[in-house]
Amino acid sequence: MTWALDHLGDILARAAQHAWLAGLPLVLGLVIAVPLGWLAARQPRLRAVLLTTTGLLYTIPSLALFILLPPLLGTKILDSINVIIAMTVYTVALLTRTVADGLSSVDGSTRQAAVAMGYGAFARFRAVDLPLAVPVIAAGLRVAAVSNVSIVSVASLIGISQLGYFLTDGYARSYPTEVWVGIVACLLLALVFDLVIQVASRVLTPWTRAVAA
Amino acid sequence: MIRFEGVTKRYADASGADDGAGSLAVDDLTLEAPTGKITVLVGPSGCGKTTTLRMVNRMITPTSGTISIDGKDTASLDVAELRRGIGYVIQHAGLFPHRTVLDNVTTVPRLLGTDKRTARARAMELIERVGLDPAMARRYPAQLSGGQQQRVGVARALAADPPVMLMDEPFSAVDPVVREQLQNEFLRLQSELGKTILFVTHDIDEAVKLGDQVAVLRVGGVLAQLDSPAKLLADPVDDFVAGFVGRDRGYRALSFAAAPELSLTDEPTVRLGARADDVRAVGTPWVLCVDDDREPLGWVRAAAVETEVTRTLLHRGGTVASVSGSLRALLDAALSSPSGRGVVAGDDGRLVGTIRAAEVIPAIEARRDSTTEEATAR
Repeated sequence: MTWALDHLGDILARAAQHAWLAGLPLVLGLVIAVPLGWLAARQPRLRAVLLTTTGLLYTIPSLALFILLPPLLGTKILDSINVIIAMTVYTVALLTRTVADGLSSVDGSTRQAAVAMGYGAFARFRAVDLPLAVPVIAAGLRVAAVSNVSIVSVASLIGISQLGYFLTDGYARSYPTEVWVGIVACLLLALVFDLVIQVASRVLTPWTRAVAA
Repeated sequence: MIRFEGVTKRYADASGADDGAGSLAVDDLTLEAPTGKITVLVGPSGCGKTTTLRMVNRMITPTSGTISIDGKDTASLDVAELRRGIGYVIQHAGLFPHRTVLDNVTTVPRLLGTDKRTARARAMELIERVGLDPAMARRYPAQLSGGQQQRVGVARALAADPPVMLMDEPFSAVDPVVREQLQNEFLRLQSELGKTILFVTHDIDEAVKLGDQVAVLRVGGVLAQLDSPAKLLADPVDDFVAGFVGRDRGYRALSFAAAPELSLTDEPTVRLGARADDVRAVGTPWVLCVDDDREPLGWVRAAAVETEVTRTLLHRGGTVASVSGSLRALLDAALSSPSGRGVVAGDDGRLVGTIRAAEVIPAIEARRDSTTEEATAR
């Protein structure tokens, strides 16, 4: 506990870095996954291709991706952009299927009514399908958030500063307290992410709490 | 007026080969749904009635033939514009679960660019008009019963005041009591609004009740008969239509025969609280009980009254016919009455008199004679 208090400044700085490395890709991944999921939901053939490809992306080990990206992108190995891009890839991999499922889950008669009322494809997506898919997408986003927080810590192996540093450093120095601090900090960060997503989802979906009067 | 001219819809076979041998959903349909009237499409599943309906707002494209609304070929119109000008009501209502009742109803006006305040004011008016409590406007669809959701569906379809309405089994998913309420209110609304309505149902009773004209379709999308409900019941063109129209059609046809002027018998009455002696003094085994406005409450068996007439003693089985009602209602009142005397009330609900089944029959006979002559004269 004293160790944690003595190093509070360092812990918070690394936590902020960790939140950035895990959080920004979450937003970027969502922005990319929504149009991909929309395409997958509209075209059954495209769905198979897209979901298989994105599913495969998730199986690439993170360390390999962190090391493979710099030569591919022409970035420096220590640049945190590599981590951002790698985490975005994982987020897209997780969310494309969720978005597609969420958009397809809209009730048939609701969709039919929307078409019959003269909504064009895009307007219907924005005004009807997407808002109705929010609960499903939020659930997927929560999984991706936890997964991102966890995977980002691996980046300490390539020297990117974040909470994972306490795990590698504590292990190297045979100092379990430091490892525990790293683990607890990661957990807390994941909880904060989860909470933010849940609150956002609640704000966006007041109708899901409307129960039969 | 909606006009179908030689409309055919052929679906490709499962093999995907469109060699003209695919299955026919609608076969060379020519039909007119007159302006301001309800045209009902009815038939067994597979008769193409829903396909026919959905070709009007181009949710399904016909293989051949043309569909026009007020002389304009629908294929030549912008599809979104066409749809926004047609009210559409479906089974299970298809409301947007994430929007309040009010926002559901304002959907089409908002799509058409009406400002929010005007659209909402109009929506509130419609919500009341379809028989919903204005307090419901802020609720979400999940908070409403099936019948209420269906009313919202109707209000939403009417919001932009479209001249044409398409209704696809709108009342099929609610229980029979609510269905009858919705049907009656729908008829009342239509009498005020006079929309051109194409209505799909598989229920022949609903078809003859609601339709100004009824189109019976057979499997494969062939029009079997297009006629007024009365004509359909009285004169089915073939065995298929006769079978589909169903039993009791002789009796059911009486629904469309207005009750003629019949001489009614004055009925002695008692009020609630009348003493046993006064009830027995009437001299008949069953005595009619009315309220202070002379509205019939029910029959009471004189022998069952110990001290005075109470509500629990009233027999509830008898129906009440209206003087301006149908022969069917008149006959039913007589048949359902425990005394054998059918209760007839005026349009204000007050008792006018009673009539026996034997007195209704001659009126039915007289009507048959006149319609047969009409038929032979043609």
